[in-house]
Amino acid sequence: MRDLRDESIPQNGSGFNRRDFLRGSGAAVAVTALATSEQGAVAQDAKKSVRTAEPQDITLNVNGKDHKVKVENRVTLLDTLRDDLNHTGCKDVCDTTNCGACTVLIDGKVTYACTRLAVECVGKKITTVESLAANDPVIAGFVKHDAMQCGFCTPGFVMATKAFCDKNPGATLDQVRKGLGGNICRCGTYAGIAACAMELVTKGGK
Amino acid sequence: MRSFEYARPETEAEALELLSEHGGNTAVLAGGTDLMNLLKRDVIQPARVVDIKSVSSWRGIKPHDGGVMIGANTTLDEINEHAIAADYRSLIDVIDGIRAIQITANGTLAGDLCQLPHCWYFRNGYGLLAMKDGESLVATGDNRYHAILGNSGPAKFVSASRFAPPAIAWNAKVRLVTQTRSVSEGVEAMSVKEEWLPLEYFFLTPKTNSQGVTVLKPGQLITHLWLPAASDTRSATYEVLELNGLDQPQASAACCLGLDGGIVRQAKIVLGHVAPTPWIAHEAAKWLVGQQITSDIAETAGRMALAKATPLSHNDYKVQMAQTAVKRALLKATNQLHETL
Repeated sequence: MRDLRDESIPQNGSGFNRRDFLRGSGAAVAVTALATSEQGAVAQDAKKSVRTAEPQDITLNVNGKDHKVKVENRVTLLDTLRDDLNHTGCKDVCDTTNCGACTVLIDGKVTYACTRLAVECVGKKITTVESLAANDPVIAGFVKHDAMQCGFCTPGFVMATKAFCDKNPGATLDQVRKGLGGNICRCGTYAGIAACAMELVTKGGK
Repeated sequence: MRSFEYARPETEAEALELLSEHGGNTAVLAGGTDLMNLLKRDVIQPARVVDIKSVSSWRGIKPHDGGVMIGANTTLDEINEHAIAADYRSLIDVIDGIRAIQITANGTLAGDLCQLPHCWYFRNGYGLLAMKDGESLVATGDNRYHAILGNSGPAKFVSASRFAPPAIAWNAKVRLVTQTRSVSEGVEAMSVKEEWLPLEYFFLTPKTNSQGVTVLKPGQLITHLWLPAASDTRSATYEVLELNGLDQPQASAACCLGLDGGIVRQAKIVLGHVAPTPWIAHEAAKWLVGQQITSDIAETAGRMALAKATPLSHNDYKVQMAQTAVKRALLKATNQLHETL
């Protein structure tokens, strides 16, 4: 299984790419933020378990691995995954529960990461597109049916397709279209995605 | 998003205490579909967000008082997969129309009832009444998705709830709870005040920007929805959806019918997305009693339900949609609606 985030794998021939560059510059900003937020940390009211508004350490379990991160209550899971934990598979597109590009699984439930606070996800299992192997049936199906064009919506669609097909073996084309109605593709690759989903549900969702 | 405190209580008493503090300037977080958007757009500024998902007594579907009680934490998927789905078809019709597995997996019925209006003036910070310099921005502006009934006052938005029309048609009740403080002989005591309110009295049309769209007071919330026994009542909801995506319906109608040998003995029709509250069509329902539902009868009922419509400058098209929604809901409830329609 190839870890899509494995930094030892060269991303292109030059050994330099945009994502690594952005990753490096983001880290410098993050260090500054951590240094200034230390003074703001306030102990929790243990009795009522109220988290004050200041940044606090939380542990998020992403793809089976615990990550410690310091966040404010108002930070969404989407922003935490992308900005702090470097899981850039889920995309920040509409940020208003319409487009589905941020779709992840939380305790197995298909969820818009933009409608979840990071603090809500403490103690839950978060699964992102990065957890899928390159030969995962959904990814293979997307490739086979040419189900992507610009690719921006693809990670969200892959997660939604995976969740839908696992839950609805034997679904009809209408059910597939309706089930994936919470994701939008501006390039219009719906036919390919529906064909991929149909093949998966016919095989029993695996 | 502004900053706020966050709490995740596990019991009803703890949740109510957390919600009552800060003068009740607190927000309830369940599925988060609406709340997160309100917070991001700065439409509401709670001092604390109370995540109620861990309150186990507010989850699940149980028999209660001759009917069923659905906890506020029960997701739409859990309702859809429960045995009651066969009895309360009109609620399932709505779940069926929510074309996003992300929302049906996380969204809750109580959360839907408490959605704030989607009016674009409201969501952009002009308040529920959308007044500027003493004039209604809705009346003179883009009001294509606004009210066609109950819009003579300053409120011209439409009620956002998709489940309220079918639930009101079922004569549903909601359990509202709040924490009350009493002092007796110098000793302060907290108690839970509980109230079962028919859902049709839950929604309000505000007359000023400081009034809300429901009877909920600061610190108060819905914990359960109760539906009477379904017995052989037939029900259906018909939503007019603009596209196949996630948009709000442009109009909807829900009905519950008690039939005896094909003749209507009892009827209730409730329209959604046409007025600042769910809109009960009393006269049309009364007229149906004693009739047999046919396509013509259903169409006439639709016309009666909209007889007093007062569309705004850009939304008279909604009148026909709402009439047709009533007609199709009645035909759907009596198994006469075919896909070719």
